Amino acid sequence: MSDALSVQDLSVAFHTRAGVVHALDRVSFTVGAGETLALVGESGSGKSVTAYAIMGLLEAAGQVTSGRALLGETDLLAASPASLARIRGKRVAMIFQNPRTALNPIRPVGTQIADVMRRHGGATWFNARARAIEALRAVGIPDPARRTRAYPFELSGGMCQRVMIAIAMAARPDLLIADEPTTGLDVTTQAVVMDLIAEMAAQTGMATILITHDLALAAERARRIAVMHAGHVVEVAETATLLARPMHPYSARLIAATPTAAGTLEELQSVPGALPDLRGAAIPACRYAARCDRRQADCGETLHPHEAEPGHSIACHHPLGVAA
Amino acid sequence: MTPLLELDAVSKRFPLGRRRLFAKALPPEVHAVSEVSLTVHAGETVGLVGESGCGKSTLVRLITRLLDTTEGTIWFDRREISGVPARFFARDTNRADIQMVFQDAGESINPRFTAADAIADPLRKLLGLRGAALQARVEEAATQCGLPLALLGRYPHQLSGGQRARVGIARAIGTHPRLLVLDEPTAALDVSVQVTVLKLLQQLKAELGLSYIFVSHDLNVVRLLCDRVVVMYLGRVVESGPAQQVFDAPRHPYTKSLIAAVPRLEGARPEAPRLVGDPRSPIDPDPNACRFHGRCPVGFDRCGTAMPALREVAPGHLAACHLND
Repeated sequence: MSDALSVQDLSVAFHTRAGVVHALDRVSFTVGAGETLALVGESGSGKSVTAYAIMGLLEAAGQVTSGRALLGETDLLAASPASLARIRGKRVAMIFQNPRTALNPIRPVGTQIADVMRRHGGATWFNARARAIEALRAVGIPDPARRTRAYPFELSGGMCQRVMIAIAMAARPDLLIADEPTTGLDVTTQAVVMDLIAEMAAQTGMATILITHDLALAAERARRIAVMHAGHVVEVAETATLLARPMHPYSARLIAATPTAAGTLEELQSVPGALPDLRGAAIPACRYAARCDRRQADCGETLHPHEAEPGHSIACHHPLGVAA
Repeated sequence: MTPLLELDAVSKRFPLGRRRLFAKALPPEVHAVSEVSLTVHAGETVGLVGESGCGKSTLVRLITRLLDTTEGTIWFDRREISGVPARFFARDTNRADIQMVFQDAGESINPRFTAADAIADPLRKLLGLRGAALQARVEEAATQCGLPLALLGRYPHQLSGGQRARVGIARAIGTHPRLLVLDEPTAALDVSVQVTVLKLLQQLKAELGLSYIFVSHDLNVVRLLCDRVVVMYLGRVVESGPAQQVFDAPRHPYTKSLIAAVPRLEGARPEAPRLVGDPRSPIDPDPNACRFHGRCPVGFDRCGTAMPALREVAPGHLAACHLND
């Protein structure tokens, strides 16, 4: 399978008044064409920063300090602003958390879709509105001709997210980055929105990066899962493998903390400790080391990312399920 | 077992506009909560679930007596509290007995109050505590919630999400309430922290003999914590019963779709039915139709002509669906 996106050694630092925050450190992963990869982690793990860095949307304080993000032959991190503007929305599209605030509140949704259709979708001034209606119909909005004139506040959260998906799909992108696309939506709506994204991906062969804090959602929707912790990708594996045989101690903890459809409260375990301070140079090599019960001397020295078995990468010296 | 809280056919309707002077018709009304009856026994945890807009929050505000009911009665410890107007309930004898933990403590705690101020505020206002007695009670509540006393001087923004959640809980248990209403207490938390907060809640309940009404959209969490669960749809209770039983064998099509939509670590159910569309308008709904009619995957003619009553389908397990007849 060819890679739709290959991220290699991506590091991002934020320059703040309180010092330099090393938000991402040598993040690497790939997404195959037509594949769904989930980036899973708790708040502060760097999931969204990864997406923003790939899209070239980091705020001014954030700086990519190393790495490449190859979309086909193009390195998104080295692309000029002008070429990035052509790629964004056309070859890579993004769906944001909280659709109601991500849409422009003072313009009808049809106009917002038509804008993207004209910019990236090859529509002309004359047929943009018809294309917008078509796009709304494709994402399952009833009575699309009337809905094009609706403002975001007139639509429910689920409807707004469908509009976002219609905008993202306007130019049939190669890669869709969905940043917590269903947070704040009801579970019933979440299921429908996720179905829609999967359906769109299946139709166009588009790759999807699903960013979520919900391991269960990732388990249902992604073929592979990358677990992030404090700016590191600590483990990447096929979903079933990761859930059945996690090798990184943090992944195992995260699974043990997630409520399941069976099981009791007593069986759930929290993840002890907190994220380390990512400012300055004194960050331990393995950022999970301070919370880890398998810590040894070498954990503070190097990170040790490696492929433990085919298709199963971890960044750990003393993984689970391997004799120490 | 004596019921601690009892609701008998409680309704809340919000009129849209005023009645015109000589107009014959009443203004349209939003039927936020319709004929809800439920009982919470001492020491019991009752989960309240449903989509946004189903009337959970209105019901909670009726129970905590922040809103007046339109119809129906609310009994707390065999005293009718629905007769006391909401604006006088702040000085009512039962005010301290019913406390609430709000969603996202980071948003609901006054940002200019330290943790100690936040916990002390209801103690001052409801119990009139001052000085050393107040101090002792604040520290007692903080300790019960596992909040280090060293953090009491901090402001909300200086606390982590888990610590803020503990402040929100400490603030609610300070007055020694008997009923705690928890509105999505862990929605803003990461899973790693959520577990500790859920365990804290279970421990507090056992230690202090509390009863909980637990409002949440996360059914996996509701199942972990609740003895009984009440499912609401568009203002009405559609199903209620022992939590495990409702989750294992739901008897209302809405509950079935709701449970099927919850993502599972074990992977998706292959046969999961999808609930499409949005709920109908809560403005003057047809009194002779099931409120789920039109969105229901298994509805039939009768659903549009008669409102199904809440009937016992198994001991202690109620459902309102014609299919159970």
